[in-house]
Parts: sequence; structure tokens; C-alpha cells
Amino acid sequence: MLAAVASLTVLGAALGLGLGIAARRFHVEPEEIVAELEALLPGSQCGQCGYPGCAGAAQALADGKAPVTLCPPGGKGVAQALAEKLGVSADLSALGESVPMLASVREELCIGCTKCFKACPTDAIHGAVKQIHAVLKEACTGCAKCVDSCPTEAVGLVPVPATLTTWTWHKPGHA
Amino acid sequence: MPAVATLPAWLQRSLIRWGVHPDDHKRPVADLPVERLPLPSRLFLPLQQHVGAPARPVVKIGDHVLKGQLLAESAANISAPVHASTSGRIVDITTYPAPHPSGLEQPVMVLEPDGKDRWIDTAPPADPFALPPTEVGRMVSAAGVVGMGGATFPSAVKLALGLRVQVEILIVNGGECEPYLSCDDRLMRDHAAGVVDGIRLALHAIGAQEARVGIENNKPEAIAAMQQAAAPFPEVRIMPVPAQYPMGSDKQLIQVLTGREVPFDGRAADAGVLVHNVGTCHAIHQAVRLGRPLVERLVTVSGGAVRRPRNVVAPIGATAQALFDYCDGLASAPARVIMGGPMMGNPLATTASPVIKGTSGLLALTQEEVGEGERAGPCIRCASCVSVCPMNLLPLEMAAHIRSDDPDGAFQLGLNDCIGCGCCSYVCPSAIPLSHYFSYAKGALAANERAKLKSESIKKLTTARLERQEREAREKAEAAARRKAEREAAKARAAAQANAATAKAATADVNA
Ligand code: SF4
Ligand code: SF4
Ligand code: SF4
Ligand code: SF4
Repeated sequence: MLAAVASLTVLGAALGLGLGIAARRFHVEPEEIVAELEALLPGSQCGQCGYPGCAGAAQALADGKAPVTLCPPGGKGVAQALAEKLGVSADLSALGESVPMLASVREELCIGCTKCFKACPTDAIHGAVKQIHAVLKEACTGCAKCVDSCPTEAVGLVPVPATLTTWTWHKPGHA
Repeated sequence: MPAVATLPAWLQRSLIRWGVHPDDHKRPVADLPVERLPLPSRLFLPLQQHVGAPARPVVKIGDHVLKGQLLAESAANISAPVHASTSGRIVDITTYPAPHPSGLEQPVMVLEPDGKDRWIDTAPPADPFALPPTEVGRMVSAAGVVGMGGATFPSAVKLALGLRVQVEILIVNGGECEPYLSCDDRLMRDHAAGVVDGIRLALHAIGAQEARVGIENNKPEAIAAMQQAAAPFPEVRIMPVPAQYPMGSDKQLIQVLTGREVPFDGRAADAGVLVHNVGTCHAIHQAVRLGRPLVERLVTVSGGAVRRPRNVVAPIGATAQALFDYCDGLASAPARVIMGGPMMGNPLATTASPVIKGTSGLLALTQEEVGEGERAGPCIRCASCVSVCPMNLLPLEMAAHIRSDDPDGAFQLGLNDCIGCGCCSYVCPSAIPLSHYFSYAKGALAANERAKLKSESIKKLTTARLERQEREAREKAEAAARRKAEREAAKARAAAQANAATAKAATADVNA
């Protein structure tokens, strides 16, 4: 009996010590993880996640208050990267439904007010005063900031058109 | 493992532990004489018929061109030029449905033949073997030759690589293991001398000593013709190999002919070999000996829905519909139209799509031949898929990961090594579309990769914008501060002047 108690006590103490050391050894400063998470986010500060900018979103992620799928413009890629960083399994099925979007300017409505040009966090819109503005699709994240800024509703989001290089087979059974 | 092809025939079969034997459906088409497609009224020449960058047009709408004239030049290191398939007028440069399962459009040049089919003047060298190897490579590059087995990789780039890394053996792929296809078979029977000459030119271009030509033993006539043509050239060895799908896949053929394994994620050149298809070798022969660019090719038009299946020589740019029409049209609405072979080819979204340099076959298959419609059942873990996979993968495990939205899990299991041969789907008793899962997952992984690259570049843009805004704000503030300082200095000066003036006035007053 005594031997059992003693051996279990020793075992418990040893393991506890191990855990304690591990906790110190592998301790990650909370600020560090927030910074790392923020680095994974697009950084366009679009606010679509409902937090004030990407830093706020990273904080919420670190606190476990937001799911890894919080960033709409980031899409699947960002969600996966976040899940890996946080060591959680991501349920990406909800994202599967949402298709990536792209802003597009309807030329007949644009009055060249440059509001969208100023609103875009990634400099994806080009134009000048009283000139029709245009969207660079390589730089647009589909964050919709420009859509809200346009006084004539000339900017809208359209699904990113497939090209021969981006087209992929659909999943079997999901035609 | 030894080079299976050097062993006696009865041993070969038992040493190959992968692959399947689908019904080959090659005859009688393979035994019928080749016919030539009359010039269609329009040719649609895609600027991209190859792996790499699209070609850049060098002619304008309205230009009259001769057969073999350069229409679009190679636009990058990995790219290939496009030439006029006949003489005529360029009537448009536009977009047109690509020969691709999506049916999306791609840039094409539209050529209206003038019916004269007049060649450009060519000045082929008297003895190409006297030329330096790089010069032969340059001629192949200028002729727009690409891998004609379907891979469409620019051939000259491969030759240059072979010369640079000093490969020892040129593997010539005459396997043609896909069912239905017999264009390579026909080419070897009818033009064996040209093919062998092309092989010798390719050997010269890469500086290798030996060529091994792998031909499946279900093509005895082609083997005989090639053996006869190669008899005077001991460096060209014709090696019959067992008919086993996918023998015509590069990695498998290399292993059977040389016993060498291409390292995972490696190129054939890493194993000291280079692979060219027999059609490509023939195109090299035409390019170097006759100075003729690649403007036409042999296409097998077959499948249960085709009334008069045939091997047809077609100009690049003729529509699939024109070839079917030439073969007396389709007897029934096909369940699927495929460009290439039934196992690895691409289903076509529309028969308006043109024949390109890599088009080996056009198949119109009936519902019966496609043999689908059975619903996929659950996996019974029979491991048939594992035993046939030529890449030693675990198709059932990979598919399970992909089904549960975990393409990365499949990637860990070697998804990228999957050559998409379809053997696993072919044998699966539960009719699970395994290779379809793999195509889907490869696409999904590539899309993820693109998304990652994009989000990185976007982050750069955002930071650049923030920096710019900060800089602008700072400059504004600095400018404002400068102006303020200037204003104050001016004020101070004015005040000083005023002071001086009053002081002067005061002294004047005093003096007065
Ligand atoms: S163009 Fe519009 S949707 Fe696209 S990133 Fe800029 S603000 Fe967002
Ligand atoms: S906000 Fe609207 S109207 Fe103004 S420049 Fe942009 S698109 Fe044109
Ligand atoms: S897993 Fe890929 S390589 Fe293996 S049999 Fe299936 S399709 Fe072929
Ligand atoms: S062949 Fe089909 S049923 Fe058999 S183990 Fe593979 S996936 Fe499962």
C-alpha cells in the first residue's frame, strides 16, 4: 500500500514537474501569437469580419472568440492557414459554398468621383478625377469597400470568372 | 529492378505488377489506310497549344499567309510558335472554345484557306548531322514542335535540357497503350524511315549514344516496320514491351526499358533519360530534313458513335466536327466526346473545338462504351485499386481524405505522384470515380496555392498603401510646418523691418 502511494506520488510529482517545465519552455507570448495570426490575414483592414481591422480579428482569433473562417476575402486559403497555426480542425464546408468575388465598375454609371479609388485598401482601383475607374483583378480581394463608397452604385461584386488556368474539376457527386 | 524489356517475353508479363488490360478497340481502324481531311472552310489556330506561355501574334487581320508561315512567335523560354496550316487569309484574331472540358474560350487566329495549299520556301540543310547539336535544337524550336503524345511540352526545351545534363538514353515512346488510338501505330507502319531519322536527329541534338524505342507487342506490323527501318543504325534499338495499360506513361516506360526509376518529384533527365513520342520524332524529322514546321498531324477518329472510324491527317486548327463529318458523321448522339484516349483524354464540351498539336484522337463514345451510370457504392476495401496503381499509391485512402474535404491528407499520401491513369477507377468493383476525385483534389490544391500567392501579394499592396499614406501625411505635415515657419520668418522679418523703420524715424525725430 505504502509502496503504491509512494510510487504514485513520485510519478505525479515527476510528471507535474515535466508539465511545468514544458509550459515554460514552450510558452508563447500572447502578443506573439496575435502578431503571427495577423500576419496570416490579408491585412486589407476591410472590416468584413466585424472586427476593427485585421489586428482586431487576430486578437479575437487568439482569444477563441472568432472561428478561423471569419475572413471572407481570405477564403479557404487563409482559413486553412489560421487553423494550422491555431492547431484546430477547420470546418471549411461553409466556405465551400461562397464563391470568390471581384469588384467591377459599370462604365455607363461611373462619374469619376474617385471615391472608390480612395476606399480600396489594396489599391486595386485605378482612375482619376472625371475618368471611368477600373478594377485590377489581380489585386482585388472582393472586400466590397468600394461598393459602399460609390454614390451612383456603379461598383458591384461579380463572381471571379474561371479561366483555362484556374478552372478545376468539380467534386464527384457535387455536380 | 532489371530492365524488363531485355528479358524473354514470357518473363516480362509476370514482372510487371501494375496496370490493367482494357479492351483495346484498336482494330480494324489500325489496319485501314490513312486518309487526308480535305481543307475545311475555316481553321482555328489557338495561340496556346502547348505547356508554357501563349505565343505572340506576328501577323495582322487581313494578312495573306503561306502554309508553314510563322503566325505567332514563341513568347518565353517555355513556349512554342504557331504556323499557318495552309495558305490563305487571316480573317480574325478572337476567342474560341478551347479543346478543354470546360469549353472556355481561348485566343485563336482564324485562317480562311485559299485552297492553293502553297508552302513557304524552305532551305533545309544538306547534312543536319554536320551541324552542331544546338543548331538542330534551334530548328526544332523554330518549327513549333511540341510533345505529340498529348503532353504538348515544347520539344526543343527538352532537347536543350537533355544536352545540358548529358542524358545517356533517349526513350522513344511508341507504346500507345490507350484503347482506340492507333495514330502512332499507323505512323510507324507508314513512315518508319522518317520516325527513325527523327530519332537519330534527336540523339544528335542531345548528344546521347543510344535510343530505345518501346512498342507494345500488340502492334507486330509497327514493330516489324521499325525494325527494318532501324536495321542500319545500331544505336536505335526497337524493344517490344508487353501490352499493359499505362505502358505509354513516361515513368512506366522508362522503368521497363531501362530499369531506372524516376525519383519522386523528379524529371526523367534526373534518371539520365529523356522521353519523346514517336509522333514528335517524326515532326523533328520533318522540321530538320524538310524545314517544315508542325502544321498537321495524324488523328484517330473512332468510337462506337462514329459511322466510319479512321485515321485521318488533319491540319492543325480543323474542328472536331469537321473530322467527324469527314468520317460520315455520328450514327447516334454520343454519351461523351473525348480528345485523346478514353482513359486519360479530355472530354470535350463542344465539337466546335479545334484539333491542336497534342490531339492524338477524337472519340465519340456511346453510353454502352462509357459504361457509367452505375451509381458508386461504398468502398469494400478490396484493395484492387492498390494492386493496379502503377505509382504504388493507395487510391482508396486518398479518395477517403478527399471525400472528407481534406485534400492535404491526400497530398501527404502522394497525390502529386498520381499520373491520372484511371487504372484504379477502372478496376473498382464499387464504381467509385477514384481518378475523378484525384483530378478534383489536384485542382483544389492548385487553387489553394494560387490563393496563398495572391494573399501574399495583396499584403504587399496593403502595406505599400499604408506606407504611402503615412508618407503623404508626413510630407503634408512637414510642408505645413515649413510653410508655417516661412510665414513666421516673414512676419518676423516684417516686424524687424517695421522696428527698424520706427527706430530710424525715432532717430530722425531726435536729429531733427
Ligand atoms: S476593388 Fe473594391 S472589393 Fe476589390 S479590394 Fe478594392 S475595395 Fe475591396
Ligand atoms: S465611386 Fe463609383 S462613380 Fe465614383 S469613381 Fe468609383 S465607380 Fe466611379
Ligand atoms: S491513383 Fe492515380 S496513378 Fe494510381 S491508379 Fe489511380 S489514377 Fe492511376
Ligand atoms: S477498388 Fe474500390 S472498393 Fe476496392 S478498395 Fe479500391 S476504392 Fe475500395
